[in-house]
Amino acid sequence: MDKEAESAEQKESTERPKWDNKVQYLLTCIGFAVGLGNVWRFPYLCQIYGGGAFLIPYLIALVLEGLPLLHMELAIGQRLRMGSVGVWNSISPYLGGLGVASLVVSFLVGLFYNMILAWVLWYFFHSFQSPLPWRDCPLNLNHTGYVTECEKTSSVNYFWYRETLNITPDIQTSGSLQWWLVLCLASAWCLVYICFIRGIETIGKATYVTATFPYLVLTIFLVRALTLSGAADGLIYLFTPNWETLKNPQVWLDAATQIFFSLSLAFGGLIAFSSYNPQKNDCERDAVIVGCVNSFTSIYASIPIFAILGFKANEDYNDCRNWNILTLTNAFNIGDENITLENYDDWFHYLNTTNPSVVESLDLKTCNLQTFLDQSASGTGLAFIVFTEAVIKMPGSQVWAVLFFIMLFSLGLSSMFGNLEGVLTPLLDLHMVPLWIPKEIFTGLMCLTSFAVALIFTMGSGNYWLEIFNSYVGSVPLLIIAFFEIISVVYIYGINRFNDDIEWMTGRRPNLYWQVTWRFISPFMLFVVFVAYVVISAKQRPTYNAWNPDYVHFPLAEVLHYPEWVFAICVLLCTLPVISIPLVAGYKFSGFLKKYIMNRHNQNPYANELTNDVEL
Amino acid sequence: RLSIKTALGENAYVWNDNEMFLFRATLAFAMTKQFDGQVSDIIVCNQTARVSFWFVVTYPHNKTLVDKQVVERAVRKSRNRINSAFLLSDTTLEFIGIPPTLATPVNPSTPTWLIVFGVVMGAVCAGIIVVLVVSLVQRKRKKNETNEDTQVKTVENGAARDGVYYMSFSEDESSVTQM
Repeated sequence: MDKEAESAEQKESTERPKWDNKVQYLLTCIGFAVGLGNVWRFPYLCQIYGGGAFLIPYLIALVLEGLPLLHMELAIGQRLRMGSVGVWNSISPYLGGLGVASLVVSFLVGLFYNMILAWVLWYFFHSFQSPLPWRDCPLNLNHTGYVTECEKTSSVNYFWYRETLNITPDIQTSGSLQWWLVLCLASAWCLVYICFIRGIETIGKATYVTATFPYLVLTIFLVRALTLSGAADGLIYLFTPNWETLKNPQVWLDAATQIFFSLSLAFGGLIAFSSYNPQKNDCERDAVIVGCVNSFTSIYASIPIFAILGFKANEDYNDCRNWNILTLTNAFNIGDENITLENYDDWFHYLNTTNPSVVESLDLKTCNLQTFLDQSASGTGLAFIVFTEAVIKMPGSQVWAVLFFIMLFSLGLSSMFGNLEGVLTPLLDLHMVPLWIPKEIFTGLMCLTSFAVALIFTMGSGNYWLEIFNSYVGSVPLLIIAFFEIISVVYIYGINRFNDDIEWMTGRRPNLYWQVTWRFISPFMLFVVFVAYVVISAKQRPTYNAWNPDYVHFPLAEVLHYPEWVFAICVLLCTLPVISIPLVAGYKFSGFLKKYIMNRHNQNPYANELTNDVEL
Repeated sequence: RLSIKTALGENAYVWNDNEMFLFRATLAFAMTKQFDGQVSDIIVCNQTARVSFWFVVTYPHNKTLVDKQVVERAVRKSRNRINSAFLLSDTTLEFIGIPPTLATPVNPSTPTWLIVFGVVMGAVCAGIIVVLVVSLVQRKRKKNETNEDTQVKTVENGAARDGVYYMSFSEDESSVTQM
């Protein structure tokens, strides 16, 4: 009876943790897929690629590439009930490198992603001041005017580049660790740690908030933004389809890459999440839900973003015209407020005909609403420069700023969970964690190590390094990993075996759509995207935009080439994750060769029996 | 240069000779404050519909013009009083050549963001400690339960061993008594 109790106890301690309910699992996957890119990359792509027309390549890419890969990852994780390394090891020992590659990529991406969250926290902490600190330029030393750097650009730019980043003029000047950024990074990692402390037990509860809160804020912003003046201009500009752009292959490439990175595939996080599911779970429906919600969120987020950008463009346009009006009023000593925005054109015409020379000498600005709308930005530029500037002009700025930055933080936090799970679950499955270390301490150690390595992003040149990590780690390695993933599942694991597994799990065989996309279309698309990506990046020597106050054409960014050693690091970052795929395969193959050669040498049947047992 | 409509909107007053008189009086006040006693004369010319004009200040006794820099200094000193006399501000009542005094930014002793940071970090650290303590307590409780189980086992094992011991002891006794 003792032995029974003992074995039951062992089962309890080694039993795999699981989700409290289906909703937690779905929310975590959605939270992982929906991240900062949905808010600040998709609207930008929509804008530059002809508005509504971009939705066509985007949705095609979702159907042909996004959903099949998503379904495959969720199914394989659920069936084999292990993290990324375990899953690929189970399929074939030669493929263990795939899991290691996912692990390395997840770790590296987690490093810089949390730095972005640290920046969001910095802005969040500063949103409780009145007036907002990025509204006014600071005064220079003798209080006679504003700081020159700030005067040349704008207060918002100055706050981001100087007071937040304290950025150095180029990547070689490292500068020192900025203590305020270190504090923000530490708080970001602490916040991540408290949610991640017990793995999916705590993550599952945290996602109730982090995955749903952004939708609430987006709705609030939507309602507010639609009441702002100029919102209609922004929305019309966004959604007016320009069908000509569909002829440009770059558009299709960007749509495919956007859907791929947006769904957070190949990180190993999705495999880890679905491995905690009960095996009899409808993963097909889950995949369709997650994929569609992700795309819907992108489109839904772009509406308030563009309404607010339209409002900002309108404000800038009015400021431009008001400046012209004031100049004219002062030059011709016309009565105050006799020239208004409405009769400006008549007045201008009249003054130009009567006194053309004077009008010319005034150097009036040409104010065109279209140019203001065309000023597009994506990424950190959208959030920290364009949006903050728009928020200043809205009444009740503090509230909107606080809401916006909390939303960005929860979007990023839910994505961080996936990154960290992609590292934690494989390590736990491989039993690389000594049993005497409790899970809480191990997750703490993970967070501490990541924090220590991520300190490079708090240096003066941190932003440049973050751009490098973003472009080189978060792109090509993922494409390679995903390509090998789908080839392995379809051709090495066997598509028929996979179909049987799914039939056992969901109760129905995957239909023709899934078969065709898994076997041919998705691998082909991945391959094409990868080749196109490499070709386009290799065309010119990579450059970066540097913020150099001493630059001749300041405030325009100085375009510099990466120095040799930095470029070597870029190549290293690209290849380091994927080098494990051939390395592990080669290692296993050499082990296999050794045994095969031993077999041939020892013709002893007894020795053969032994080696046969060991091989399995 | 005055921008009354921009500043006051609907409550704008009309600029007329009375207002001009007030202006000259205010400026005279500013000059007197600077020079402490000498009442100056303010001459205005080139008035426009913009409501902008040129003015010069003369010494009362010898009708020489007061230096521009002196006038500027005087105006800068009493800028606030001049502004409030007309319900205007530095930007709506412009003296060309005298830059508006920039508002000194409010700098609280502790930067606000550090306060918010402290609050957030405090809450998070407290949360972490709570979770760690709770899991530690849970683990100790589990360990106590497993300890009890193993104690029961060892007692049982001890009894079994005692049985064996007894048997051997009884065997020895029988051999001894046989002698």
